[in-house]
Amino acid sequence: MALLKRLAESDRPALKFMLDGEPASGLLGDTVLTAVLTCSEHVRGSDFSAEPRAGFCLMGACQDCWVRLGDGRRVRACSTMLEAGQQISREPGRQV
Amino acid sequence: MIEVDAVIIGGGIVGASAALFLSKAGRRVALLERDFCGSHSSGVNYGGVRRQGRPLSQLPLSQRAHEIWGQLPQLIGIDGEYQRSGHLKLARSLDDLRALHDYAASSQGFGLDLQLLDRDELRRRFPWVGTVAVGASLCPDDGHANPRLVSPAFAQAARRHGAQVHEQCPVSQVTHDGQRFAVRTETAVEFRAPWLLNCAGAWASRFAAQFGEAVPMHAGHPAMLVTEPLPVVMDASTGVEGGGIYARQVARGNCVLGGGQGFALDDARARPGQSAVIEILRQAVELYPFLEGAQAIRTWSGTEGYLPDRQPVIGPSSTQPGLLHAFGFAGAGFQIGPAVGQALTEIICSGASSTPLDAFSITRFHSISVA
Amino acid sequence: MKPIVIIGAGPAGIRAAQTLAAHGIYPVLLDEAARGGGQIYRRQPANFTRSSDKLYGFEAAKANAIHQTLEELRQQLDYRPDTLVWNAEAGQLDTLHEGRAARLDYASVIVATGATDRILPVPGWTLPGVYSLGAAQIALKFQGCAIGERVVFAGSGPLLYLVAYQYAKAGANVVAVLDSSPLSAQARALPGLLAQPATLAKGLYYRAWLTTHGIPVHQGASLTLIEGERRVQSLKWRSKTTERTLDCDAVAFAHGLRSETQLADLLGCEFAWSPLNRAWLPQRDSAGRSSSAGVYLAGDGAGIMGADAAEMAGERAALALLEDLGYRVDPQRCAQLEQSLERIGHFRQGLERAFVFPEDWASRATDDLMICRCEEVSVADIRQVVGEGHWEINRVKAHCRVGMGRCQGRMCGAAAAEIIARESGRAVRDIGRLRAQAPVKPVPFGLEVEP
Repeated sequence: MALLKRLAESDRPALKFMLDGEPASGLLGDTVLTAVLTCSEHVRGSDFSAEPRAGFCLMGACQDCWVRLGDGRRVRACSTMLEAGQQISREPGRQV
Repeated sequence: MIEVDAVIIGGGIVGASAALFLSKAGRRVALLERDFCGSHSSGVNYGGVRRQGRPLSQLPLSQRAHEIWGQLPQLIGIDGEYQRSGHLKLARSLDDLRALHDYAASSQGFGLDLQLLDRDELRRRFPWVGTVAVGASLCPDDGHANPRLVSPAFAQAARRHGAQVHEQCPVSQVTHDGQRFAVRTETAVEFRAPWLLNCAGAWASRFAAQFGEAVPMHAGHPAMLVTEPLPVVMDASTGVEGGGIYARQVARGNCVLGGGQGFALDDARARPGQSAVIEILRQAVELYPFLEGAQAIRTWSGTEGYLPDRQPVIGPSSTQPGLLHAFGFAGAGFQIGPAVGQALTEIICSGASSTPLDAFSITRFHSISVA
Repeated sequence: MKPIVIIGAGPAGIRAAQTLAAHGIYPVLLDEAARGGGQIYRRQPANFTRSSDKLYGFEAAKANAIHQTLEELRQQLDYRPDTLVWNAEAGQLDTLHEGRAARLDYASVIVATGATDRILPVPGWTLPGVYSLGAAQIALKFQGCAIGERVVFAGSGPLLYLVAYQYAKAGANVVAVLDSSPLSAQARALPGLLAQPATLAKGLYYRAWLTTHGIPVHQGASLTLIEGERRVQSLKWRSKTTERTLDCDAVAFAHGLRSETQLADLLGCEFAWSPLNRAWLPQRDSAGRSSSAGVYLAGDGAGIMGADAAEMAGERAALALLEDLGYRVDPQRCAQLEQSLERIGHFRQGLERAFVFPEDWASRATDDLMICRCEEVSVADIRQVVGEGHWEINRVKAHCRVGMGRCQGRMCGAAAAEIIARESGRAVRDIGRLRAQAPVKPVPFGLEVEP
């Protein structure tokens, strides 16, 4: 399942990446958020009820799209471009 | 014109706890706060509730406060996120570790029950501490709480016990007519009482000076930082021997860190200095490696009153009968505050504090000229 | 010599840079994004192929001009994209670029930080598939995506119709447009909107186009609930006469915009309540001077005026800065810009009447509604704290954590203020304002520091 729907610009080179340890694919020019949400339905779990979140503002303001990369860095998925071979982990959040 | 038994200037934890204990003892109290109760140092401090590390002269009062903290929900109606997580004071060198040993020895008998941990013990019991630490001193029953909740709650509890609590009510003038204090506020109300408690924090020297007891106070502004919610790792609040970045983690997962100084924006507000914030971001990972990859989301500071010996003034005025002082806690007033409030109540109700306060007498500044 | 710095490379920042460069200044232009244009003229990634007309519609010429201007200026300024300004003090900015923190001293600064959507939450708004109107537009403009297969647009404001139109034109399935403003409000506002006939015409065009293409547009229609298991599956809305359910898998909503004022606050600017924006804004004079010496404000970051006004304000603020430094500037140009800005100001008044702020939102907000999505604070939590006697917004924040999360109140601040005002019986302007605290966006531990 996917959240976002590609309407245009589909003719771009594919970029393979890993999502939570599973192989996935996006397109060159995708943000991490686009790549994740065109093949799944959330980017993180909320901090206090582990509810699925998929970003909200897409402009780096709401801070609801943080994901973890393979090198340990955490980035805002909406503000970060997808790179080939990226290992993206979604944080499950917590039920407090 | 309002007649009460005691007027308290300053709604921080010291003034508010005095208001609470006096009200519980049946006295009529007016607590005057120029902003909102617990909104300054009492509300923006790190949140450490600790005895360890205090000068020995403070330990009797601090131990007394420890007992009050043990009854917090009964006293103020909320738990204020208080937990006895333990206070782990870290040493980054053998000299620092020796200093911790010395303190443990000299503080014996005050009830702190300090445990000294060498490198291996520290690694075994607190694996989240960075390897830069060579040892530590643990005070198992020290802890931390949320000052933004606890300090205002003392004022609310005082109100429930009958104290008048006036917020956004700056004091404009204090006089004494030979019998009573007359305290005028900027809201044009006048309060009269035989007792006046100067609990005005970083701004208390102004009132002290009015009665001929100027003290050399200066303001300090600690830099505080909080992280986003993180997986819970820290099972103790930390301090660092010799100064460093101290940290605690709350149940929701955020870590609160402190270290370095800020600067004043005006008489009442402050901000952390840029360098202090950068230093925390750079240095904290060394002591707390689990912060790698974590984000800082907010910083703040506050205004604290410091006297030159970093000890507070607590006790009766030496010039004006009926005037009691309690201020200048050098950023360490949160834990000890409720015991100070209780001691002030004892002075009013039974003539003297059962805990000696001589070390904190305002008279120790009499020979010092104030610029 | 300390440089002159511009924060933000949207229309305001770019015109400011152009004006400074034209007078021989070599400014530093800082921007958080990778490519200039801000939000309204956000550029697609370099390997995308859609034309400007496709991306920006009627605004294509303006967008092209802005982008081209920045391109042409590259040699004449120190342009630093991907750079976040996370803290500011008098005379100094703290920046973060690729994990490295640096300090930048400035002689004068133009703050052109733009805006985000203003959000009045609805139950279910944290579900995957729910986005702001601005987000929906960015998904399309910047990534060529729709936020879902069956999209509902809701809220109010000119952006509502624009984005719905853009989606439908791009081939998305727009299920409905729910405008919370009644038609009567828009009819009454019409005379005021004539101050900007071209803008008005475009707005009416978008609206008419939607209807002509069979997309239901409902006025006086408010979202009441968004439902779904782990993503949007349906929503409920109501008007005065009806309550309906709509099947959908994505919702975009907002009620206008809110200014990003954090850096102006940290720079010590005085703030004043703006009834038009229903928000606290840094004060600026007609030329863009703030209350702080050496700090100038331009564009939506100091009050919502739109992209055209942002370009003018950027130029005008740069001219004010130059004037204050002793340069000779063209007084007629200054006057011209101020007159145009004033006309746009009148238009904005009209827009506010047309797209009425839903004053009853707070009274209709149910206890279970989540206001602060970072800290998961509900209306009930806020009401309880106000019930205990706290009404000043920072006080309420301290007690229930609303606004204490990563976004520092960007998403929840306006809504929280409405709830607090209503519960405490005070006007929204009388409950204080959330203070900016550094870092204005999260910054990482272990960052490197430029020496």
